[in-house]
Amino acid sequence: MAEVASQTLIKKGAEARLYLAEWHGRKVIVKMRFPKKYRPSELDEQIRVYRTTHESQLMHEAKLAGVPTPTIFLVDISKAAITMEFIEGNQVKQLLDKISTEERKKLCIKLGELIGKLHGQGVIHGDLTTSNMILNADDKVFLVDFGLGEKSIELEAKGVDLHLMKRALQSTHYKFAEECFQNVIDGYSKVRGAEETTKVLEKIKQIERRGRYVAERREEE
Amino acid sequence: MKRAIEAYCLGIESTADDFGVGISNFKGDIIANASSSYIPEEGGIHPREAARHHAEAADEVLNEALTKAEVKPRDLNIVAFSQGPGLGPCLRTGATVARALSSYLNIPLVGVNHSIAHIEIGKLTTGAHDPVTLYVSGGNTMVTAYDCGRYRVFGETLDIALGNCLDVFAREAGLKHKKGTPLGAAIEQLATKGDKLIPLPYVVKGMDISLSGLLTAATTALNKGKCRLEDLCYSLQEHAFSMVTEVTERALAHTEKREVLLTGGVAANRRLQAMIAVIAEEHGALFKTVPKEFATDNGAMIAWTGVLAYTNGIVTPLENSYAKLRWRIEKADVPWLK
Repeated sequence: MAEVASQTLIKKGAEARLYLAEWHGRKVIVKMRFPKKYRPSELDEQIRVYRTTHESQLMHEAKLAGVPTPTIFLVDISKAAITMEFIEGNQVKQLLDKISTEERKKLCIKLGELIGKLHGQGVIHGDLTTSNMILNADDKVFLVDFGLGEKSIELEAKGVDLHLMKRALQSTHYKFAEECFQNVIDGYSKVRGAEETTKVLEKIKQIERRGRYVAERREEE
Repeated sequence: MKRAIEAYCLGIESTADDFGVGISNFKGDIIANASSSYIPEEGGIHPREAARHHAEAADEVLNEALTKAEVKPRDLNIVAFSQGPGLGPCLRTGATVARALSSYLNIPLVGVNHSIAHIEIGKLTTGAHDPVTLYVSGGNTMVTAYDCGRYRVFGETLDIALGNCLDVFAREAGLKHKKGTPLGAAIEQLATKGDKLIPLPYVVKGMDISLSGLLTAATTALNKGKCRLEDLCYSLQEHAFSMVTEVTERALAHTEKREVLLTGGVAANRRLQAMIAVIAEEHGALFKTVPKEFATDNGAMIAWTGVLAYTNGIVTPLENSYAKLRWRIEKADVPWLK
């Protein structure tokens, strides 16, 4: 971390802390996963190292799929730290409830397209919440925080990924959750095609039925 | 004489293996909390057998609660019952008892959401006001918090419940149900003697977790017979508890609430309590655990939640008093919260 000067803590998340810093004249984000005292140190280290390496790899893979992600400058496994490009913009979480219905529709379709592109590349984000999506001034949406992501082409993984998106919309943007998710699916379908999308939607239903005490299970009875 | 003018609610709990009757006055004093548990001869809960136990035990448990509270049936103002979620035959047995009391005494019936009751009794007994709640039991595993008119689920298990995971493993390991001590307690006991961490699946997906793979892996390792049972119990607990603690911490960071409440049957586990206490401290939140007698399923929590519902205009007409087997927490009205 010697090259990174003047760090300011800008976000203390549950998993990692984000510092805004300068690196060779650029504004960068340093994401550090600190040890978690509640779990045994062997387990903790294993989880932090795994997530740090995989996150960097997946962010690169996402770029290959045409999904904007911050460029990675430095990965320090020993500190579980990633130094990456700072994206100026707003979290979709902050915007979604404030913008017009038309803009919201456009944005959600775009999110669906990005998720579709990711899945096409075999990248599963693993934590598709609206706080992990940043809209910049050029109307470009960046996906961040791939810490829980994985490489997979399984229908199951895609289904869980989209199911999480749906859940995030329901818990944080419940007023618009239904229309937003429909628009996300429309965008997804544009990229992945109707046939694949129908399969994923079927899978989502199946995943939802697996949970306990969910209304969707009634269909089986 | 003062007590004659007091208003009382009798609450009936029967979602799974416990049949409980609690009595609360309208101020939130729990004056009785009686229960009887169905203990399966082997395996897990057989819903029909559990329901049969509840039907047989109802009379005695009701009497015990009324005697303890020194309240006559005629002094009751409302009857609350656990309407869901839970096992159908068990829920229906409790609902039948509640309906009978309500129509015999000619007092209102109030259907209560079982998950909400766990949170409300936790708030009542610990003084928490607006916590992030980790509710972990044999049938439920969720991280929930109040937001805009409802309790919202921030994370939950995608498959089996935490208590279920521990129970099944305990049975696979041949641990026996002793009266008064749940199987989870046997695992907790053994885990304190374990010190070698055996690698097992750690599955967190966003805010949700999955425990079925962990259970399978732990069971497989057990059946291979190469690991000490103590180490396996320790490793199972460390992995499973770390997973729920991680999602609780995420919810805490996300909602920025100032309290964390641990409730449900698994809340009695000291190791889990210690883990949650660590993240509460890290986020400057107060950590509260529901007292043991109110941690497992109980009638008192139904009685108290019944009071909250009734005094805020909720009454369940007879025709709507059917068991709601999959009544999710965010589908229930909570007009007593603003």
